[in-house]
Amino acid sequence: MIRKVVANADLALDGLTDGMTLMVGGFGLCGIPENLIAALKLRGSRNLTCIANNAGVDGFGLGLLLESRQIRKMISSYVGENDEFERQMLSGELEVELIPQGTLAERCRAAGAGIPAFFTPAGVGTEVAEGKEVRLFQGKPYLMEYAFEADFALVKAWKGDEAGNLIFKGTARNFNPMMAMAGRITVAEVEELVPAGMLDPNAIHVPGIFVHRIFQGAHYEKRIEQRTVRPKNTPL
Amino acid sequence: MALDKNGIARRIAQELREGWYVNLGIGIPTLVANFVPEGFAIEFQSENGILGMGPFPIEGEEDADLINAGKQTITSLPGASFFDSATSFGMIRARKVQLTVLGAMEVSDRGDIANWKIPGKMVKGMGGAMDLVASADNIIVAMQHSNREGESKLLSACTLPLTGVGCVKKVVTDLAVLEIDPQRGFILLERAPGVSVDEIIAKTAGRLIVEGDVPEMVL
Repeated sequence: MIRKVVANADLALDGLTDGMTLMVGGFGLCGIPENLIAALKLRGSRNLTCIANNAGVDGFGLGLLLESRQIRKMISSYVGENDEFERQMLSGELEVELIPQGTLAERCRAAGAGIPAFFTPAGVGTEVAEGKEVRLFQGKPYLMEYAFEADFALVKAWKGDEAGNLIFKGTARNFNPMMAMAGRITVAEVEELVPAGMLDPNAIHVPGIFVHRIFQGAHYEKRIEQRTVRPKNTPL
Repeated sequence: MALDKNGIARRIAQELREGWYVNLGIGIPTLVANFVPEGFAIEFQSENGILGMGPFPIEGEEDADLINAGKQTITSLPGASFFDSATSFGMIRARKVQLTVLGAMEVSDRGDIANWKIPGKMVKGMGGAMDLVASADNIIVAMQHSNREGESKLLSACTLPLTGVGCVKKVVTDLAVLEIDPQRGFILLERAPGVSVDEIIAKTAGRLIVEGDVPEMVL
């Protein structure tokens, strides 16, 4: 078996330098690699380009790296709910590229699947289409979009094993599998790291071949962005 | 009287058909799920990676790993499944989702929609809206007829950056139900209880077609 386990988040980021492009998994605060983000903040790497669906919130997730001015550019689909982000964007300190969420996902998937580009209908006729090749297929226009390139992919899974196999839970899966497949170096943090043989091979979401380094996160806050509940005893 | 948000959602719920997979956007569209009759065979998709989305959890049972695209805590129903974002938008682009309901800042009488950016003021991003409107066969917009300044949101052409072109099929507002015929414009199908055709004409900036007696919504 190929050794992939590292002791902690800091060691997992070995080789990550200023100016690199990172993919960071998660949707909102759900399924984000919170231990890696904390380690990245301590590490102090700067001028980073982050490909992530969202930019976290003030004080958590990628919001932490925005506060410390470590991010130069964000490539995201939705960036509301973050005052510091908005301030840096409007002042021009932070470069922002907004792209449709399905295109973001597919550009990650393509990168991990060895496909340099693809065509999608999302964004045809909008400012997203500016400067892009448009092709007709069965009379309908599609935009050409390129696969991303990322130096590091930072992902979070529920369970993982020493071989790098990953299993996700609930909607915390989101962008993590495609980003795991796409990173030049993919680092996975997991809530529970087990020896090889403990996970059912039928249940693996991401095969270990895509994961270069894996560790068990020291602590998970798993903050909830919008806590919505219904009173007890209400029927479904 | 003009409908409130729940009234708009209640009217849109009447558009649902058994056997459909439906994606509900953030805001008024989310409320549509509250008006689905018990036992109605329909499944809600949320683009962050769930089919078979259930109601909000009972207090104390929230799970940080189970949210909808609005980042709200939710539950899953029997038969639910989870999947990654590429699979999620795969099913959307491949038209497996029969209906998309979403909010808008502006809709044009040709079916264009704008809902992601006000240049110089507000940029939150398009999220999954551009993918959804580019692919869904059936798109219903849920919104107020006029904006906070009292200006019509139903225009001859959108003034804000577009989310999609010629895609909206129907609009349900606090005043009316309108179908969009890209050649003719907004066709007035129904009016909210107590709202006059004249009021709808006055508050619709785009081309409006009024044919015969326009019935009141039955809610």
